[in-house]
Amino acid sequence: MRSAGIDIGSRATKLVVVDGGRVVLRVVEDTGCDPLAVCRRLLDGVAYDTLTATGYGRHLFKEHWPAAEVISEITAVARGATCLIPGCRTVVDIGGQDTKAITLDAAGKVRKFVMNDRCAAGSGQFLEMMATALAYTREEFVAAAGRAARAQRLSSMCTVFAQSEVVSLIARGASKEEMALGVHQAIASRTAALAGGVPVEEPVVFTGGCAHSACLVSLLSAALKKLLRVPESPQTVAALGCALHGSPLPMRTA
Amino acid sequence: MSTDYRPMWIELGLDLEAHDALLGVLGSLYEQTFMKQHNRPAGMKYFDFVMSEVHGLRIQELVDARKQGRKVVGAFCAFVPEEIVLALDGVMVGLCAGAEFATAEAEKFLPRNTCALIKGFFGFALARVCPYLAASDVVVGENTCDGKKKSYEIFKDLVPRLYVMDLPHTKSAEGRSLLRAEFRRFAAALEDLTGKRLTPDVLRRGIAAVNAKRSAMHRLARLRAADPAPVSGLDALLMNQVYFYDDPARFTASVNAICDELEQRADRGDGVAPKTTPRIVVSGCPMAVPNWKLPAIVERTGAVIVGEESCIGERGTQFLTADTGRTVDELMDAIVDRYFKIDCAIFTPNPSRVEHVMRMVKDLDAHGVIHYGLQFCSPYQIEAGPVEKRLEQEGIPTLRIDTDYGQEDVGQLQTRVEAFVERLRG
Repeated sequence: MRSAGIDIGSRATKLVVVDGGRVVLRVVEDTGCDPLAVCRRLLDGVAYDTLTATGYGRHLFKEHWPAAEVISEITAVARGATCLIPGCRTVVDIGGQDTKAITLDAAGKVRKFVMNDRCAAGSGQFLEMMATALAYTREEFVAAAGRAARAQRLSSMCTVFAQSEVVSLIARGASKEEMALGVHQAIASRTAALAGGVPVEEPVVFTGGCAHSACLVSLLSAALKKLLRVPESPQTVAALGCALHGSPLPMRTA
Repeated sequence: MSTDYRPMWIELGLDLEAHDALLGVLGSLYEQTFMKQHNRPAGMKYFDFVMSEVHGLRIQELVDARKQGRKVVGAFCAFVPEEIVLALDGVMVGLCAGAEFATAEAEKFLPRNTCALIKGFFGFALARVCPYLAASDVVVGENTCDGKKKSYEIFKDLVPRLYVMDLPHTKSAEGRSLLRAEFRRFAAALEDLTGKRLTPDVLRRGIAAVNAKRSAMHRLARLRAADPAPVSGLDALLMNQVYFYDDPARFTASVNAICDELEQRADRGDGVAPKTTPRIVVSGCPMAVPNWKLPAIVERTGAVIVGEESCIGERGTQFLTADTGRTVDELMDAIVDRYFKIDCAIFTPNPSRVEHVMRMVKDLDAHGVIHYGLQFCSPYQIEAGPVEKRLEQEGIPTLRIDTDYGQEDVGQLQTRVEAFVERLRG
C-alpha cells in the first residue's frame, strides 16, 4: 500500500510517498504563486492509495483532491519527527512563514504547542529577505555567517525595519559576515523565546527548511541549551508525517 | 426588510452611504456565518430576525421610547447596572464596538496599538454608522482598563453626552465602597436625566427584569452541558450578544422558548454535532457583534463551543441580584454586591476567574479551553499566561490566541485551532 503525503508550504511544496514502511519518493518544489499547478506537477504519474495534505494550501488542495485527508502542520510534523527520531519529545520547526515549538508525550502525541502570530518575523522568509538585502544567495548567506567571528546585533525582527537597519549598518561600514551572523543569531533567540512557551525536553528535533542551515542549528542549540537532532531531510518531515498518517504500517528503519 | 428606515437614520444623523456599506457587509457576514449551520434550533429564527432588524426595528423602538419620554442609555461594559436604568424607566443598549470601521479615522485620535474594541467604537462614532449611539441620550463610559479610561477623555468630545463611571481595581473594602459610591452617583445622575425617582418598588422591578434575563441565560448554559451539544457556540454567542440590545422581557421569553426546544433536543439526544465532537470553552475578552471570527473558525474545524467565560457570556450574566431589600439603600447595596463579584481582569488579583473557567469545564463536560485575547488588551493578555498555566496543571488542554478584528491572520488561527482540536481528539 502506497500512502502519499503532501505539504503545501508558503515557500515550498513537499511530496513524500511511503510504501511498505519505506520512503519511495521525496520531492520538493517552490510553491510560487500557483500552488495547485505545483501539486499537479508533483503528483503527476505518482501512484498512491491514500493521500494526506497539510500546510498553508491544505484546504485549497482538498477542494481539488476531495479524497485527500487534511491534517494540521503541527500534527503532521510531530508524526514525521517521532518516526525519524523515535522517542523525540520536542519538535522545533522553522518554515517559510511559521515557527512552531511542539511538546510530545512519551507516545508521540502532541501535548502542547506554540506558534508565531501573524507576523513572519523570525522565519525562513525573514532569512531570505535579509540574504537579499546583503546580496547573498541562501548558501552564501549561511557560509558568510559561518565565517564571522562575532555577530552584529540587530535590534529589530520586523522584516521591514531590519532591512532598513541593515542598509544603515552597511552605510556605516559594518561587516557583511557579521550582519549575516547577526541575522541568524536574531532568529535563534526569537525561536528560543517562542519555544519557552512549552516545555522543551530532549530529544529535541529541529525541522523545516531552516534546519538546513548548520549555522542556525548550532545557534539555536546554544540558545535552547539543548542538543538538536536534525533529520536527513528536515524540510520534508511534515510531508512524511502526512504519508504516515495514511499508512497502516510502521516505518522500517534501516 | 420592506420598511424604509432611511428617514429615521437621516434624522439620527447617520452617514447613509457608510451605513449602507456597513449593513451590506454585516448582512453577508451573518448569512455566511450563521445560516449554513447544521441542524439549527427553530427558535434561532427569532434571533435571525433581531439581527436582520438590528439597525431597523430595534432602533425604531428606541426612537419611539424616547418620544414617550423614556431615556436611552448606551453602554460598553457589563459593569453598567441595568437594574437602575430599568428602574427609572430607561432603556439600556450595548454600543457598536465589534468591527473595524473607519480605522484610519480612529487612528487620528488613538495610537495604532490600541485594542480593536476601543478603535471599533471610535470608528463607529466618527463614521456616524452606529444608530444605537445616535439614539442614546447618554453614553456611559467606565474606568475599566487604561485603554478605555484614557480614550474616554477623547471620546467625550465626539458624543453629545458621556458619563464616566469610576470602577474599583481591587476586591477590597475600599474597592467595594468606591463601587457603592459610584453606583449611587450614577443613580442620582440618571434620576436627574429621567426626572424620575428611585423607589423600592421600581428598583425591585428593574432587578426582576434583569434577573429574569440572566436566569434564562443560566438555563441556556445548563442545557449546553448536554452531549451532543443541542445548540452551536455561534448561536449561543449570538444570544449573549443580543442580550445587550433587545427588549429585556421579549429577549427573556425568546431565550426561554429556545430553551424549551433545546430541552426536547437533549431528551431525544439530538444536537448540532455528533457525540464525539470535541467540546470547547472560550475564555477571555468580549466578542461584540459582529465579532464572530474565532467561534466561526472553531466550529468550522469540527469542534463545538459549549460556554463563553466572557463579559458577553457567563462573566456578564453569572450572578443574580438579591431582591429582598426593603429600602432603596438596601436594594442599591444588593446591586453593588452583585456587580462587585464580576471577575474582570481589571481586578488585581483576580483569582476567581480561573476558578470559574474550571467550573465551566467541569459542568459543561468540555475537553479544552481557548483563551481569547484582543491584541493590546493588557489585562486579559497578561492574565492569559497564569490562566493557561493553571488550566494545563489541572489537566485541561488550553490554547492561547491573541488576535484582533482583522481577517489577515485567519489562516494562522485556523492552523492553530485545527492542531488544538487534533490534540483534543488525541
